[in-house]
Amino acid sequence: MTNSFGEFDHAKMFFIIGSNMTEAHPVASTFLKNAVKNGAKLIVADPRRQNLVKYADLHLQLKVGSDIALLNALMHVIIEEELFDPTFVQENTEGFEALSAEVAQTSPEAMAPICGIEAEAIREAARMLASVRPAMLCYTLGITEHTCGKNNVMSVANLQMLLGNMGVECGGVNPLRGQNNVQGACDMGALPGVFHGYQSVVDPSVRQKFEAAWGVTGLSATPGLMIPQMMDGLVDKKVRAFWIFGENLANTEPDIRKVEHELSSAEFLISQDIFLNETTAFAHVVLPAAAWSENDGTFTNSERRVNRVRTASTPPGAAKPNWWIFKELAKRFGQTWPSNSAQEIWDNEIAALAPNFKGITYNRIETNGLQWPCPHADHPGTVFLHKEGQFTRGKGAFTPTTWTPPAEVADAQYPFVLSTGRRLYHYNARTQTGRCEGLDDLLGEETCDISPGDARRLGIHPEETVRVSSRRGAVEVKARVTREIPDGMIWMSFHFREGNSNWLTNPAYDPETLTAEYKACAVQVEKI
Amino acid sequence: MSDGTLLINGTTHPFKPGQTILEVAEEAGIAIPTLCHLKGTTPTGACRLCVVEVKGARNLLASCSTPAENGMEVTTDSPTVMSSRKMTLELLLSSGNHDCITSGAGTDARELFNARAEAEGHSEHLCPSWGDCKLQEYALAYGATGTAYPRSKPTYPPELKNPMIIRDFSRCILCGRCVQACNEVQVNEAISYGYRGSESKIVALGDLPLGQSACVFCGECVQVCPTGALVDKKSKGIWRPWDVETIRTTCPYCGVGCQQILHVKEGRIVKITGDEEGLPNKGRLCVKGRFGYDFIYSDERLTTPLIRENGEFREASWDEALDLVADKLKGIIAESGPDAIAGVSCARSLNEDSYQMQKLFRGVFKTNNIDHCART
Repeated sequence: MTNSFGEFDHAKMFFIIGSNMTEAHPVASTFLKNAVKNGAKLIVADPRRQNLVKYADLHLQLKVGSDIALLNALMHVIIEEELFDPTFVQENTEGFEALSAEVAQTSPEAMAPICGIEAEAIREAARMLASVRPAMLCYTLGITEHTCGKNNVMSVANLQMLLGNMGVECGGVNPLRGQNNVQGACDMGALPGVFHGYQSVVDPSVRQKFEAAWGVTGLSATPGLMIPQMMDGLVDKKVRAFWIFGENLANTEPDIRKVEHELSSAEFLISQDIFLNETTAFAHVVLPAAAWSENDGTFTNSERRVNRVRTASTPPGAAKPNWWIFKELAKRFGQTWPSNSAQEIWDNEIAALAPNFKGITYNRIETNGLQWPCPHADHPGTVFLHKEGQFTRGKGAFTPTTWTPPAEVADAQYPFVLSTGRRLYHYNARTQTGRCEGLDDLLGEETCDISPGDARRLGIHPEETVRVSSRRGAVEVKARVTREIPDGMIWMSFHFREGNSNWLTNPAYDPETLTAEYKACAVQVEKI
Repeated sequence: MSDGTLLINGTTHPFKPGQTILEVAEEAGIAIPTLCHLKGTTPTGACRLCVVEVKGARNLLASCSTPAENGMEVTTDSPTVMSSRKMTLELLLSSGNHDCITSGAGTDARELFNARAEAEGHSEHLCPSWGDCKLQEYALAYGATGTAYPRSKPTYPPELKNPMIIRDFSRCILCGRCVQACNEVQVNEAISYGYRGSESKIVALGDLPLGQSACVFCGECVQVCPTGALVDKKSKGIWRPWDVETIRTTCPYCGVGCQQILHVKEGRIVKITGDEEGLPNKGRLCVKGRFGYDFIYSDERLTTPLIRENGEFREASWDEALDLVADKLKGIIAESGPDAIAGVSCARSLNEDSYQMQKLFRGVFKTNNIDHCART
């Protein structure tokens, strides 16, 4: 997030696109609702009539995967009616002409059939959005989990720069991160192209710095593989050993049959986890790990805040902290790493070797965490980025994008669009929530969420078990007939092994980020 | 409403426009007891415990809902105020199942508890909020015993149907903090006041069990309940305030990063509350953050390294498992180069863990084939 949760409750305008906040980020949504109750405006763009719609001034019920068409149409109106921020555009951005040329083609009238929203409603939304500055734009996986995910992100950034909503309190582009420490895993360099603190592996001076700090030579200058490429590599044997730490890929990656074929092709699979699961079933070695409250450390939340995690109880049996396991393995390769606790790792290595974290040390985050960038020990941390319109690269670059449809669209054989997401009472593959007393009582099985109109047409009664099939597989789940869902759409999650949406989802990826299109594939629904 | 100063107990205090007497007193460090007041929400003035004497006013005024005015002279501890509060407490104690005060048995909640437990031979039946109850705390402080008025019989049976929250209406004092928390803090709009007069009750959607209402089990109502009317089902009878230590930590679920207080008894988490001072959540939690902690105690936890042999896992020591991994990886690197190894880190685990894993892959194996599930 460029901005912070602390800004939610006094923001004056929100544009929420592809984010089911009340279920996926419930506490964040409470501050947004507080703001709305205090008079803030709220525009929700979502194919579903999700909970926030109840609080919205405007619901743009777009068709699945039509985000760029909608965003470009909004920008068309904003430029046509001169509602943009000319000073910000002039002084802080470049590429406005190219953006103007692109969105000149995307009038609301032209985009309306793609979005499934009337042109006048798009015009009204553009005017409302431009009428209050700044606006906070928030998105989640509804934007990124598409074959055009990267372009979706570029489009929301284009919109916020056009309106001058960047670099100010209560503005910004704010992706709410899914996992508790997905921000941190990125920050820590669990990415193929960067060391921690986003320091590029391609940069020789960066490699030299880490070679000196770690006492090693020959760090690789070639960016590594992303998960889908690793999985392909298992099949073509380019990847011979695969180490999976705390992920149940067999349930969470699209197209389970394909994923399980890939995992079963691994020559040597190491699983490091807290439970046996569908993925460890393919492992050759399983390493038992300490969980959340069984070790000290830090998580970094969506707003870049590094928070402390503390030990409350001991790990069961011989389970060990994960950092210890990696250190022990390094020892067997002849490397003795000096840091011997989470605090030593953070203070002596993570903070010391990354400028953005340099000012964050354990003694400074005893109570509330600090938000990076935090370059020195007296720095208060950074609540919002790009202050006074200063972007990392200098001027913010508009990147015009053109709408492209999902890789798989509904047809005669598979006439419904399946979109997927998370439900309130569970978390991802239920590794944790499935083992907490009471949560299964609140939600005990997956459902096929379907509109009343489609259910009636197909003769499907509420709670009736139906068969949902795609080109990849089929599941049998109960129908949840709900007005949240528009006609022609089905909505499911991957919380449960049985009825897991990933038996159906399409392993088609954004060409650059390799994010899978979990949000759109074609399915058939039948009575059994 | 204007900027100015007022006198509280003879001392001058400045105030900002819109501040209530209670807020000014709190800033000045002058304690005024409250039951219904919930910071940041609309004052209801329901409990009348925060009454103060204001010179010139005909009656005592509820400090939580009375705006400060320039030149006001407030007394927070006059005999009239104290006796009014005591009477309020007596009325509240008699309004339901508040049997925790024993006349003449002292004012320490824990000692009272122990005495009762000893006298009655067990303690499970004693109020689950004993020692963590504002009503009990004030009753003991003001010398209210609950014997001044005849005790009302409970009008409604408790709701035990849902898996998370016990609603014991016999201990509800109708202060409305839960209603404020649900409607104004979390804005889930699941509960409200229902019925009238002596029939009054906090209801969910036309008086249905929580599970059939709009309730999302965030438990904010439990956190703000000043009595034993709303209780965590998982903690009931296990958690007592005097036998837990509290540890602040960060929630393991979504990317909001809520700050939690773990209540730990004998090395085991028995309850979680939100840290009111913690950013970004300011005390708020959701259903997973508040109730989703016991997975760590599951019998299914992995407790030893496992090695696959003839298609089955067998238990192994750390040395054996790590030696096997190291030997295998060394062999593969020697034959096929470091890029024949790939790893996925965990977006659920610690920063320090992900740092170590990428350090292992980059600095030891010499490959950048390290990723995690940022795309899921």
